[in-house]
Amino acid sequence: MADVPNDAPEHCPGTSSDQAGKSSACQGCPNQSICASGATKAPDPAIEEIKQKMTSVKHKILVLSGKGGVGKSTFSAHLSHALASDSSKEVALLDVDICGPSIPKIMGLEGEQVHQSGSGWSPVYVEDNLAVMSIGFLLSSPDDAVIWRGPKKNGMIKQFLRDVDWGEVDYLIVDTPPGTSDEHLSIVQYLSGAGIDGAVIITTPQEVSLQDVRKEIRFCKKVNLPILGVIENMSGFVCPKCKNTSQIFPPTTGGAQRMCEELNLPLLGRIPLDPRIGKSCDEGKSFLTEVPDSPAAAAYQSIVQKIRDYCASHSASDVSC
Amino acid sequence: MDGSGKGNLDQVKHVLLVLSGKGGVGKSTITTELALAFRHAGKKVGILDVDLCGPSIPRMLSVGKPEVHQCDSGWVPVYADPQQQQQLALMSIAFLLEDSDEAVIWRGPKKTALIGQFVSDVAWGELDILLVDTPPGTSDEHLAVLENLRKHRVDGAVLVTTPQAVSTGDVRREITFCKKTNLKILGIVENMSGFVCPHCSECSNIFSKGGGEELAKLTGSAFLGSVPLDPLLTESLEEGRDFLQAFPESSTFTAISHIANTLLNSLNA
Repeated sequence: MADVPNDAPEHCPGTSSDQAGKSSACQGCPNQSICASGATKAPDPAIEEIKQKMTSVKHKILVLSGKGGVGKSTFSAHLSHALASDSSKEVALLDVDICGPSIPKIMGLEGEQVHQSGSGWSPVYVEDNLAVMSIGFLLSSPDDAVIWRGPKKNGMIKQFLRDVDWGEVDYLIVDTPPGTSDEHLSIVQYLSGAGIDGAVIITTPQEVSLQDVRKEIRFCKKVNLPILGVIENMSGFVCPKCKNTSQIFPPTTGGAQRMCEELNLPLLGRIPLDPRIGKSCDEGKSFLTEVPDSPAAAAYQSIVQKIRDYCASHSASDVSC
Repeated sequence: MDGSGKGNLDQVKHVLLVLSGKGGVGKSTITTELALAFRHAGKKVGILDVDLCGPSIPRMLSVGKPEVHQCDSGWVPVYADPQQQQQLALMSIAFLLEDSDEAVIWRGPKKTALIGQFVSDVAWGELDILLVDTPPGTSDEHLAVLENLRKHRVDGAVLVTTPQAVSTGDVRREITFCKKTNLKILGIVENMSGFVCPHCSECSNIFSKGGGEELAKLTGSAFLGSVPLDPLLTESLEEGRDFLQAFPESSTFTAISHIANTLLNSLNA
């Protein structure tokens, strides 16, 4: 987890390591004296600022998966919609997928811009009680690529947490990119002062996905991030014509259920494949209000209720991260 | 270094990158199937897996977890042929991890360093085509692999998408990445395009339809073809079986072979 700058000399031990400023590679580096002084080992002052900012946010939930395209953004969006269907709750959705922000499209907010106010960046509101922030709102065209290396992405995540005027929020949902790298380390570190209620892990049933998800679970353990539970998405497909179920992504190694048993994690539920979910996402609508009586919508609602219950029984302040 | 003294990619004729802005659209699946198709066409193929946080190729080719050996010119790749014909070589971070559940929790610079080593230090030997499988996005891994391969030559990139707008939206950004980095786009593949129910043969467009072709038109790129959702393909990849050998009659086979042939022609390989 050492913090090695982009332009560091070869074999730089990392600015926050015990060897910073002292190893042979540091000889001649212009930052040698500042590293040796220990200043770079001190925690980023932003962590304390973010802690202050987050005192108005009751619950913080990360949506994670080692694997891409398993439905993290779809789930984050629908979790936010479902939580916000209770008009007494304030919900915020933060998208930290810097290179592939899908949330603006899924929430029907493409082309929206972020406004500056005296108290920071104003998020974009879908409803009065549902606020959204994504790098997608800062890009001028849908073709704009964010070709950034790690440190720049981390800076953006810091700004999202510190400089966005979230206001009073009951639930902050954080959608993440796949992997266990810069974005994940940064969100966990920056929120370490404020505390995270837990992570929801998304997978699809096949082993090729589970093998990446096990790595993400290992990541959570290493950074002491509590795991709220696992969701198996794209779990079976019911043909709309003949009503027979097909396993398009077959659970050849027992799917999420077996993994949860082995790793002693709660399985929050299974969501079947339904073409109307993808369609709702493309159109920026909530599947839960478009097709409320479908089995997939029922699965979503049952999972969301478990997350509500978890948050009610855990207060963010007693989780150390 | 090898005899010519110019590095390990000297005897590699063509280099293809498989890219997508979006995760889980089938980059590793398409990489694996293209490699198998090229091998069936008699080519010597290599795969470099630069997805460091989620390497999938070793499982898809069922190579287990062999140790990587060193030789004078660097790391010896792992061969994924049944009879040691050494026609399909592979290098992945999965071979360097002691425990397969271990997470590679690395920030950018460390990933960049390993990719630099992967590009310069693997003793590929003579290859007709080297396929590079990448993680989603437009960040450290992509810049690192391009910067390091630039010294040699990159023929171009194959972009993979699923049909729905949420996916093509991310692939549009990847196209911009290719343009900004002067990487030639060889074409777009639409994966997970329609699912034919094995019970009643009704085709359901689970992730919509036609998005890849539209994107190709919109951006002036070649459309290479669509690969349907096929549980037999997913299952073959789970078990590391050669789908192309096992199911030569399926429409998925036809789709993949067509894409592979188009690419071979455009490379003159």
